[in-house]
Amino acid sequence: MSVDATTVRRIAHLARIAVSDEEVAPLQGELNAILAFVEQLSEVDVEGVEPMTSVTPMAMKKRTDVVTDGGHARDIVFNAPETEDHYFLVPKVVE
Amino acid sequence: MTHLNELTLAEARDGLKAKDFSATDLAKAHLSAIEAARGLNAYLLETPERALQMAEVSDAKIASGEARPLEGLPLGVKDLFCTHGVITTAGSKILEGFQPHYESAVTHNLWRDGAVMLGKLNLDEFAMGSSNETSAYGDVVSPWRRAGSDTKLVPGGSSGGSAAAVAAHLCLGATATDTGGSIRQPAAFTGTVGIKPTYGRCSRWGTVAYASSLDQAGPIARTVRDCAILLGSMSGADARDTTCADLAVPDFEAAVARGVKGLTIGIPKEYRVEGMSAEIQALWDKGAAMLKDAGATIREISLPHTRYALPAYYIVAPAEASSNLARYDGVRYGLRVPGKDIAGMYENTRAAGFGREVKRRIMIGTYVLSAGYYDAYYVRAQKIRTLIKRDFEEAYASGIDAILTPATPSAAFGIGEKGSGDPVEMYLQDVFTITVNMAGLPGISVPAGLDAQGLPLGLQLIGRPFDEETLFAAAQVIETAAGRTRLPTAWWA
Repeated sequence: MSVDATTVRRIAHLARIAVSDEEVAPLQGELNAILAFVEQLSEVDVEGVEPMTSVTPMAMKKRTDVVTDGGHARDIVFNAPETEDHYFLVPKVVE
Repeated sequence: MTHLNELTLAEARDGLKAKDFSATDLAKAHLSAIEAARGLNAYLLETPERALQMAEVSDAKIASGEARPLEGLPLGVKDLFCTHGVITTAGSKILEGFQPHYESAVTHNLWRDGAVMLGKLNLDEFAMGSSNETSAYGDVVSPWRRAGSDTKLVPGGSSGGSAAAVAAHLCLGATATDTGGSIRQPAAFTGTVGIKPTYGRCSRWGTVAYASSLDQAGPIARTVRDCAILLGSMSGADARDTTCADLAVPDFEAAVARGVKGLTIGIPKEYRVEGMSAEIQALWDKGAAMLKDAGATIREISLPHTRYALPAYYIVAPAEASSNLARYDGVRYGLRVPGKDIAGMYENTRAAGFGREVKRRIMIGTYVLSAGYYDAYYVRAQKIRTLIKRDFEEAYASGIDAILTPATPSAAFGIGEKGSGDPVEMYLQDVFTITVNMAGLPGISVPAGLDAQGLPLGLQLIGRPFDEETLFAAAQVIETAAGRTRLPTAWWA
């Protein structure tokens, strides 16, 4: 499979990465080189094979559903570009 | 007399214990070596005040007889590990100035055991690369040069700063991470030792994520013993990482002297790839002979799905990366570039903050996870991963204790020589290491000789899950037989 320029723009939008007109052609070439490389996987017989979900055999760790940590609002917003009263600020979303 | 920064970690530990020198002396020797080596660009951030403060505490502990396992030993930290109050960038512009208010589990364990932090080490952006050329903060220059040439070589990647700093004596050892070969390939390129432990041996908590089902931390150091000492401190159960194994940490250092008598070492025929150089083949044969001379049995084995590991990785890893890196949105930390609305802000922030290789991988990942392609790409790749793991399980079930392979297809290459047109050319660097991540196994890279141009070459040993001890034992046999690599003299100083 390979991607055309329209698909490159669509993927970039899905990935929330702005691409300029000049970037589309080189990206298309690079993505197609990678897709051509992974194409050889189609020759493998995977009939009846379970997809891997855990690389080491282990049971998912569980814990009691209680609050174990908290009270770090100041630490959490410390690196945010824009904050107010321990809230993250974003551009207006709802009119 | 040997400069203090040229000691091995084990020698420095013994010297501190015998009070031959102080932790402060040891830290100062490293800090001045680092200052003289800025041209290599191995350190992104030097933390001399912190180093001297920690060394002072260590000297007090040693004086009062309370020395901890790594007391006073100066280390470098790959800038992918979050360090409390110390800027952590992951080699990316999008995290410029990010100051974590928490400490990664791995570095926490090192400081708990008395180690001293020298600074943060350069890396490929978000650990995506095999040459340290994707860092937003410039290339790392290898301390190695070809005989009679001053061409600048890459140290490998993504842990290029870690490997270069260890090889140039700018720390006694360094933390590193390995998603597809990022510890083992740079170790092989720089004549150093690096181990990627079993998935789940070290906690991933507080380490910037690339591909979570593959990422694993490990050390790079100058000897097998030094790696064993460091891994012992870095490992351990952690409730904050649900994939971190609840297993006791073995005495890795004790395993180093175990030898290989009675072990069966597998030589996988599928690693004899098309176009393999005669030098690499000869090195591989030499390694097998060393293990045989030490009492191991050598047996050819088959891992039939080997060739599919690399293409399957370039579906699984980008898919996980596209999901992990969605968090860089200009809201919670790092860079923000305004846009006409919130989506525009996201798009402009990520366009300005991520480098080319990172954008490429996010976009491939987004594509293979998108509607209509998920089964054809992602599910198929995860099925192939099951087959790759099964190959190893069958080899181990047939009585193989460890597997010997080359670490890399060649010695280090020049800066700018590879991958500028076709990204796949660079990806092929990891052809021997990537299977190990896909199967979650431990793998160690150990120097085994020099190529015709005087550059180091490494061999890789792959072990059973959670059997790093056999890898340390076998790697020590190779290190002893091959002789420790003579590291380059400081032409950069």
